[in-house]
Amino acid sequence: MSAPPISARWREGVDVILAQQLVLGLLVGGLYGLAAAGLSLTFGVLRVLNIAHGELLMLGGYGSFWLFTLWGVDPFLSLLGVGPALFVLGLVLFIVLFRFVVRAHEEIRIKNSLLIGFGLTLVFHTLAIRLWTADERSVTTAYAGAAAKIAGLTIPLSRLGGLILAFAILTALHLFLTRARWGRAIRATAEDWEAAALMGIPVERTYMLAFALGTSLAGIAGGLVSVAYSISPAIGLEWTLKALIVIVLAGLGSLFGSFAGGLLLGVAEAASVVVVGGAYREAVGLLLFLVILLTRPSGLFGGR
Amino acid sequence: MLEVERLEVGYGALAALHGVSLTVRPGETVALVGPNGAGKSTLLKAIAGLLAPRAGLVRWEGTPLTGEPAHRIVERGVALVPEGRRLFARMTVRENLELGAFTRRAQAEKEGRLARIYEIFPRLRERDRQLSGSLSGGEQQMLALGRALMGGPRLLLLDEPSLGLAPRVVETIFGILRQLHGEGISLFLVEQNVQAALTLAQRAYLLEGGRVVGEGEGRILLQDEHVRAAYLGPLARRG
Repeated sequence: MSAPPISARWREGVDVILAQQLVLGLLVGGLYGLAAAGLSLTFGVLRVLNIAHGELLMLGGYGSFWLFTLWGVDPFLSLLGVGPALFVLGLVLFIVLFRFVVRAHEEIRIKNSLLIGFGLTLVFHTLAIRLWTADERSVTTAYAGAAAKIAGLTIPLSRLGGLILAFAILTALHLFLTRARWGRAIRATAEDWEAAALMGIPVERTYMLAFALGTSLAGIAGGLVSVAYSISPAIGLEWTLKALIVIVLAGLGSLFGSFAGGLLLGVAEAASVVVVGGAYREAVGLLLFLVILLTRPSGLFGGR
Repeated sequence: MLEVERLEVGYGALAALHGVSLTVRPGETVALVGPNGAGKSTLLKAIAGLLAPRAGLVRWEGTPLTGEPAHRIVERGVALVPEGRRLFARMTVRENLELGAFTRRAQAEKEGRLARIYEIFPRLRERDRQLSGSLSGGEQQMLALGRALMGGPRLLLLDEPSLGLAPRVVETIFGILRQLHGEGISLFLVEQNVQAALTLAQRAYLLEGGRVVGEGEGRILLQDEHVRAAYLGPLARRG
């Protein structure tokens, strides 16, 4: 009744596949982190849950796609246009919609923001189908297939670029939040908006800035997704979910926590593909979500 | 000069202030005393712009403050040190102070004021890089005071500055308030330590049930039978 001996070569093959998957998981994880950082910023500062975050990411992706197909703009370069464009969209959304939500008390705030966010997901989804059809799109650059081979592992350069850029952007944002006058105003408002107002900080403008920054981060993440992966009008929900899972994993209030949480989710998903099969990939994130909520509700890196 | 005229503030159907009128003259220290729930904090919050009054008017240096958002009121030289300090606990002492100088005008004088505040509160200089949440109660109150001073206010509203502090620390804080008064800053303070408040203040108002029920010089109120019975307790002896 003994099991047949497993050949050493076969076992080595599994190891390589696992390692390769983990590398890919790490690469996509950086984007999870970036997407989560934007959502975490708006949630942490405005106490508003924008469930259309994934749709904003999707719009950013199409922005890069358009700039590339219409004018041949390199997708990494196009982020310089997509980031500010989504920042402006964030300003508009805040002024037209979320400004009225943040004036309400905590519970009403959350409920109303969910309703508005849900409405926005429908609007953006439909808009994207009208503009770009329901097909999957991606930005295919000349260097799209380029990859580095290290120790038998393949590292797609576009994805590596995405990971590095995601980290660089979060570092820049971190510096802004800790050093700059308005960055500190954002942190102060997040901690205690009344006390912030007593410092002479215009709370509503601070909310607007934080919201627009969050939207801009979503857009940039979307641009990076369109280069290394693919986008379609339907990806919004998936990315909102990833971002929420990462926030629960990492806790609110730390950008690098979000980044680390993103990497962790990416790696966990990748490992699950090898161990239990690709069909359970999405379930793994949700399982992590549940386990963390039950055992460490403030997140792995969250304070208190 | 601060003028409060027939101010009415309510939470939902409940009215917390029923037509309160009072004044704080330039350079004056005025105390507001009264039992819990009299509406003292409500009044300070309404002056600072954190609560919108239903009726009445707050005027500062001749122009209305009512209807202005809180951050504008700070710019106009009226600062509130809120009850419970409300420091930014996840930021350092230095960051808290620098946030106190957020307004454009205060930015220009940030360095000078910071040096001055470290002079008044050497303890804060020592704790410069510490998170404000890790300070002792007295140090937190000093930081809350210093943070408000960073904006260069001409009127300081203080909500229970001695609450929860040891007697020695209370003395230090009141000493500093006396010093600020000497520098010409107007002070309007709500205080449960009635003895200390009435000794410090030139004038005081008694607030009960959302109404001003008395007014007078601090030292004279300290001798008043009603005040002694209501706020200083049966053990207070006529000094």
